[in-house]
Amino acid sequence: MAARSTFPAGLVLDAHKQQACESPIIELPLPTQVVLALDQGAGYSAEPVVAVGDAVAAGALVARADHPFASAVHAPLAGIIVAMETREAAVQGGRSLCIVIDGSGADRIDDSVRPVTDPASLSPEELVQRMRDAGIAGLGGAGFPTPTKLASARELGAHTLVLNGAECEPWICCDDALMRSAADDVVLGALILRRAAGTVRCVIAIEDDKPAAIAAVTKAIERLRDDALTLAVIPAVYPKGAERQLITAVAGVEVPAGGLPADAGVVCQNVATAAAVARWATRGEPMLSRIVTVTGSGVAHPGNVRAAIGTPLAALIAACGGYRGAPLRLIAGGSMTGRALPSDEVGLTKSMNCVLVTTRDDIGSRLGAVELPCIRCGDCASVCPAGLLPQQLLRAALADAHDALRRLGVRDCIDCGLCDYVCPSQIPLADRFRHARRRLLEAEAMANKAAAARERHELHKRRLQQAATAEQRAFDSVRNRARQPGDGSAGDGN
Amino acid sequence: MNLDAVVIAVLVAAALAVALGAALGWAAARIEPDASALVERIDALLPQTQCGQCLFPGCRPYAVAIASGAADIDRCPPGGEVTVRALAALLDRAPRPLDPAFGMPKSAQVAWIDESRCIGCARCLPACPVDAIVGAPRLMHTVITAQCTGCELCLPPCPVDCIELRPAPAVSRHQRRPCAA
Amino acid sequence: MRFDTSPAPHVIAGYTVPRVMFQVLFALLPAGIAHVALFGPGLLLQLSVACVTALLAEAAALQWRGRDAAPALKDGSVLVTAFLLAFSIPPLLPWWLGALGTALAVLLGKHVFGGLGQNPFNPAMVGYAILLVSFPAEMTRWPVPMDVDGTRTWSELAQLSFAGFYGADLAVRWDGYTGATALDSIRSGLDLRYTLPELLGRGEIAGTLGARGFAWVNLAALAGGLYLMARRIVRWHIPMAVLGGLLVPSFIAHGLDSGTALGPAMQAFSGATMLAAFFIATDPVSAATSDRGRLWYGAGIGLIAWIIRTWGGYPDGFAFAVLLMNLAVPFIDRYTVPRIYGRQP
Repeated sequence: MAARSTFPAGLVLDAHKQQACESPIIELPLPTQVVLALDQGAGYSAEPVVAVGDAVAAGALVARADHPFASAVHAPLAGIIVAMETREAAVQGGRSLCIVIDGSGADRIDDSVRPVTDPASLSPEELVQRMRDAGIAGLGGAGFPTPTKLASARELGAHTLVLNGAECEPWICCDDALMRSAADDVVLGALILRRAAGTVRCVIAIEDDKPAAIAAVTKAIERLRDDALTLAVIPAVYPKGAERQLITAVAGVEVPAGGLPADAGVVCQNVATAAAVARWATRGEPMLSRIVTVTGSGVAHPGNVRAAIGTPLAALIAACGGYRGAPLRLIAGGSMTGRALPSDEVGLTKSMNCVLVTTRDDIGSRLGAVELPCIRCGDCASVCPAGLLPQQLLRAALADAHDALRRLGVRDCIDCGLCDYVCPSQIPLADRFRHARRRLLEAEAMANKAAAARERHELHKRRLQQAATAEQRAFDSVRNRARQPGDGSAGDGN
Repeated sequence: MNLDAVVIAVLVAAALAVALGAALGWAAARIEPDASALVERIDALLPQTQCGQCLFPGCRPYAVAIASGAADIDRCPPGGEVTVRALAALLDRAPRPLDPAFGMPKSAQVAWIDESRCIGCARCLPACPVDAIVGAPRLMHTVITAQCTGCELCLPPCPVDCIELRPAPAVSRHQRRPCAA
Repeated sequence: MRFDTSPAPHVIAGYTVPRVMFQVLFALLPAGIAHVALFGPGLLLQLSVACVTALLAEAAALQWRGRDAAPALKDGSVLVTAFLLAFSIPPLLPWWLGALGTALAVLLGKHVFGGLGQNPFNPAMVGYAILLVSFPAEMTRWPVPMDVDGTRTWSELAQLSFAGFYGADLAVRWDGYTGATALDSIRSGLDLRYTLPELLGRGEIAGTLGARGFAWVNLAALAGGLYLMARRIVRWHIPMAVLGGLLVPSFIAHGLDSGTALGPAMQAFSGATMLAAFFIATDPVSAATSDRGRLWYGAGIGLIAWIIRTWGGYPDGFAFAVLLMNLAVPFIDRYTVPRIYGRQP
């Protein structure tokens, strides 16, 4: 597929990353209680394999991934399961079944935690299966199970693995901190992922506003002397780090609409995922922790924190000096695509790369916004990285015109929020499009259901008709035989 | 003001209007819309619940009745206001509110058989217009949720009232979030 | 600790419609100063009538439509319409004609279609076109500008402006002070078989830069337009396309027959060229949607304006050019949808 000659649109945004990156990564000790959501961000839940009252060791499996889009959940600490109930969580829908573990303080480590001896000897299929058991999921924000992505990449014959170190969204800098402090882990993980995905080469992509990270990764690559592992520096434009846009920028191919990156021969993983894979290979730990940026004007000392999955966000914020001023929103993610959470008792998930506590200084402009009609200025189209026409999409969305929505590409929208950001009429475009996609989904589901019901009804009518005809024939044959008692000829029916 | 010119202009405009109107009327009368295609298009807008609340034995007979003018478009509660408006747009009529005489719209529902009370009499099986109940005489019956349209036709035949209606499961929430890191 | 929630994105850039509109008004300042310096204070009189009428008409229309008037009046969009109309009409227009034009622009050009964001036609041009067609004499009577040699003073121009504003019959005392625009004079002259060099040689039609009076207004409008482009209020596509559509044919025509075809420099600095290119054609609501579409849209405006200027009955063709291209916008939009990422073109 031909690549676009210039990067389509996007915008340079204020980064707000300086504050959090100044201090070193805080290694947060295990909390006294963890809240593990069984939906770790991808939209599909794992199935619990424990019950309330069970004692678990650190690293033990507590929920199994039956669905390919769910990822296994492990206990980050040793303790007792005190609750398994639906709670508020940082996932779509706002709620998930959660397993709550009270730490016993004991240092028990589960038997399943064992370093992977010689990952180079494992076949790609074995690597993928082991990663599935270890609950490795994407740490870039979507939480998609890594083994599923790698398996489909191998199936479709992907040739390039792209490691996403772009981190284009404002406020988030956990990947930057990771690359600066553990570039060797990233590179080791890259090699393992490259083999598991079956790709020939691997490219690590970093934005040009992270010079220290670029230097660290360059040195780590040089130490390895692997020709098929390279670094690509891309301009710091939002949303260059979004999967599709990154692939086009690095590999020069376009992901087909409605398709997967693997259809274009590329598979994309986040650098933090690669580092987690390296941790797993060297220590045998399933995915139990991650680095998360805790920042915003509502946090006293912004910084990056390595914390256990399931750590309540309140503990993360406390580790960074606690709240400051009048916090208005607690956002899981960055300022452009993050999800506002209702409570700080929600547990850290694998997909949460940033905890953003905002005050009026940060989001005042959005809060005070008054929506006016669209003046057709076209700024939205000039920044859309997917080449869409948001103003036409808005009209279609308001009119609930499904054919127009499909034709204009509402499903090709990557939900980056840029159109919303630049709109002078301050229309909440991103939200309208999310709603429109939901309406399309529901309408299509209803149409499919109706078509199936129609077909089944026709079959039902035909079946009844055939039964009635057969019954009539049987009745006739019995009646005929009754009228000719001496006739021994074979009768049909019965 | 030239009065003659005004009079002539008015007469010409009126004559044009009459001529064009007559031509349109003749065309409407002579060019019959394809009747069967219309039934298909009406049927495509109906929800296929096959419940019979419109007093026709299924959605297609109702579509035929609408096409022939025997029934109005306001009789389908499962289709709700959305369907009435779609039908009105198709048939170029004004939309009307749903006629409550034919039932009230309900949120999506599916039937559920309480297996502890089911006696296996198999009377509900033929009642289902889409064959969504599996079972056999003296064997357990169950409703295939994915195929149940919520038409409620299985409730009357059941002698032990073991069938109840539950909210239909929501459409899958799966939407891949963009990896905008 | 509990929090309220709201959907992403959680920040916006802070451009607002009022800010855009007031930047446009600010950018019109140089052109306004040039206009007043050369043609007298008539512009200010027209502006005051236009602005008051526009606000009243907008408020009335919103009232009739059952909408909330306050936010719409504060967004400044109707003031932009008033300003553009006031700049386009002769400064000597009686106040009731200025009011009529503005009222028609706001009511028939905007609210009949649904208000802000819904009008398919440029409202200021709707008002201007109605006035031009209905009152051709008044709409083509301009003061002789100050940069034409003569014994007029600016204060005399001021008196003339007030006289016209109050509806005095200007033929009585002000005969030597009013006349047609430069383009108008050139048109009539060409019809009388004079050649261009002869016409342009006469000092009262054109100076070194371009048309008398209008050249400076155009230069100032160009400055304002470049300012808007630098501030990203206006993107380059429409203005450059309009100028291209006007100047390229005139360059060719002038090369072929310099006796009767105006050259690009003269075209650029006469009439309402720069005003139209940077301020009128760039009205986002009535313009095409995509960047490529806007290039076609602008080029069409420039070309039609050139055609009207060369062969049409009116001396300056921008109003009709804009309105005609407004009609073509749905067609342009249909065929200039940008390619969506991941789809074949």
